[in-house]
Amino acid sequence: MNSPHLAAPRFNWQGVWALYRFEMHRFRRTLWTGLAVPVITTSLYFIVFGSAIGSRMTEVSGIPYGSFIVPGLMMLSLFQESTFNGAFGIHMPRFTGTIYELLSAPMSAFETVLGYVGAAATKAMLVAAIILVTANLFVDVQVEHPVIMLAYLVLVACTFSLFGFVLGIWAKGFEQLQVIPLLIVTPLTFLGGAFYSLDMLPEPWRTVTLFNPIAYLINGFRWTFFGQADVSPLASLAVTAAFFAICLGTVWWIFRTGYRLKN
Amino acid sequence: MQPIISIRGLEKTYASGHQALKGVDLDINRGEIFALLGPNGAGKTTLIGAICGLVTATAGTVTVDGHDNVRAYREARSRIGLVPQELNTDAFEPVGATVRFSRGLFGRSPDPALIEQLLRDLSLWDKRDAIIKELSGGMKRRVMIAKALSHEPEILFLDEPTAGVDVELRRDMWNMVRKLRERGVTIILTTHYIEEAEEMADRIGVIDGGKLMLVEEKHALMKKLGRKELTVQLAEPLAAIPPELADWKLELIADGRELRYVFDRHAERTGVPSLLARMRDLGINFSDLNTHQSSLEEIFVGLVHGKRAA
Repeated sequence: MNSPHLAAPRFNWQGVWALYRFEMHRFRRTLWTGLAVPVITTSLYFIVFGSAIGSRMTEVSGIPYGSFIVPGLMMLSLFQESTFNGAFGIHMPRFTGTIYELLSAPMSAFETVLGYVGAAATKAMLVAAIILVTANLFVDVQVEHPVIMLAYLVLVACTFSLFGFVLGIWAKGFEQLQVIPLLIVTPLTFLGGAFYSLDMLPEPWRTVTLFNPIAYLINGFRWTFFGQADVSPLASLAVTAAFFAICLGTVWWIFRTGYRLKN
Repeated sequence: MQPIISIRGLEKTYASGHQALKGVDLDINRGEIFALLGPNGAGKTTLIGAICGLVTATAGTVTVDGHDNVRAYREARSRIGLVPQELNTDAFEPVGATVRFSRGLFGRSPDPALIEQLLRDLSLWDKRDAIIKELSGGMKRRVMIAKALSHEPEILFLDEPTAGVDVELRRDMWNMVRKLRERGVTIILTTHYIEEAEEMADRIGVIDGGKLMLVEEKHALMKKLGRKELTVQLAEPLAAIPPELADWKLELIADGRELRYVFDRHAERTGVPSLLARMRDLGINFSDLNTHQSSLEEIFVGLVHGKRAA
């Protein structure tokens, strides 16, 4: 402390790394439930949808039904995990009051978001990977465009982690933290063709579903597996990018105004 | 010497319309211990928050070692360690990990030796692997201090550091503050315990209603505002104060056995010799007399109440 002060770094990598590690450590504490839940959930979906219903459906758009639902299953968990982790990560320090340290630290908004969203997205992608591996025990899953699949996974995980971050700042309590994922994200996912093809829907429901942005996300991801989907992959990419931009813009606004961060 | 913190025209109005700071100007000198005194709701915590980045000021500027705390927030904040008033800690983290985390958050590379020394200084080394929520309140307070010091700040803010703290920790804390000061760290603290400010601080600022009422070198403050009290124990009780002594505005206490006279010891004429001479003329004998200098607390209470009444 008697040493002359060092110049503050231009980019606080140490700070980003500290936040990222802190968040990942939080996940490690609940590692076993974190791993068991996706494995059990996936197995249940395969027993219910794959065996019980799938045995009567055999194929959707020329793809065995069991394989068809894998991308939707991964997306469903990716949405839930990213949103929850992103929300919980920033909500917890607001709840306990430890946010004072983050606000008083030489961290830019970008660095803060990078730490939190990076960790939330990492965990969500790990869960998605576990689901893919578990699914392979039940059905044969081929990924036609693995690099694009991975890139798309990163984009969607980051988007929903950002969305979760906004939620974690907006929420006034833990109930509110649960409400948006349960009342909006999960229903939209189920209605967005996670477990069926939009072509199977009668009109006007098919057209109505095209207004559900989640449908584009699921179909974009499904395209990377099978090279075919209900909507064009470019439309999927455009919707995902737009959602990403909206979340990013909201986070930027939060930090600029200090909304529910500073008083 | 350039002040380490320079505050100019700092104002804060909350969304509720409450004006917590009404134009504060203050310079903190390098290496001093500055005590900020004030009643609850005076604006102490808001002032600290505005310097440290927790509160967005409505108007005014703060520079830390020459760096504007908004435009050059990295430079400003990396020099500051903050121990807030509330016991805000993580629950499930181990002590050592949370202190290392704080150092990283402030952009400093890991330094296990420094963290070990810090934990030893704060009697936390044995608890380094303990989960924070299992610690006592006093231990949590130590953890918060360790976190604030983990990045070797030049300036340390202690907001009500000894509120609800046991005697041992309070003593340890003041020893630590002295050691830090010897190493050149500037310390700004708020306290309700005026004897602590009296004992520790180099300078004292009194804040009330969002305004700095005064900032003064401690001894100068006590001299300047130090009022003395003379108590005269009478040989014979008096039923009333004789009209001949009305000029001194005396008080008759202890069932008429004592006379109390309050005077300014720096006034050109304290009035003491003339009072005693007059009493002798009137034939009022006394058995003893003593004087008492008012403490900082009395000064403080007098100041705040005086201004409020005005």
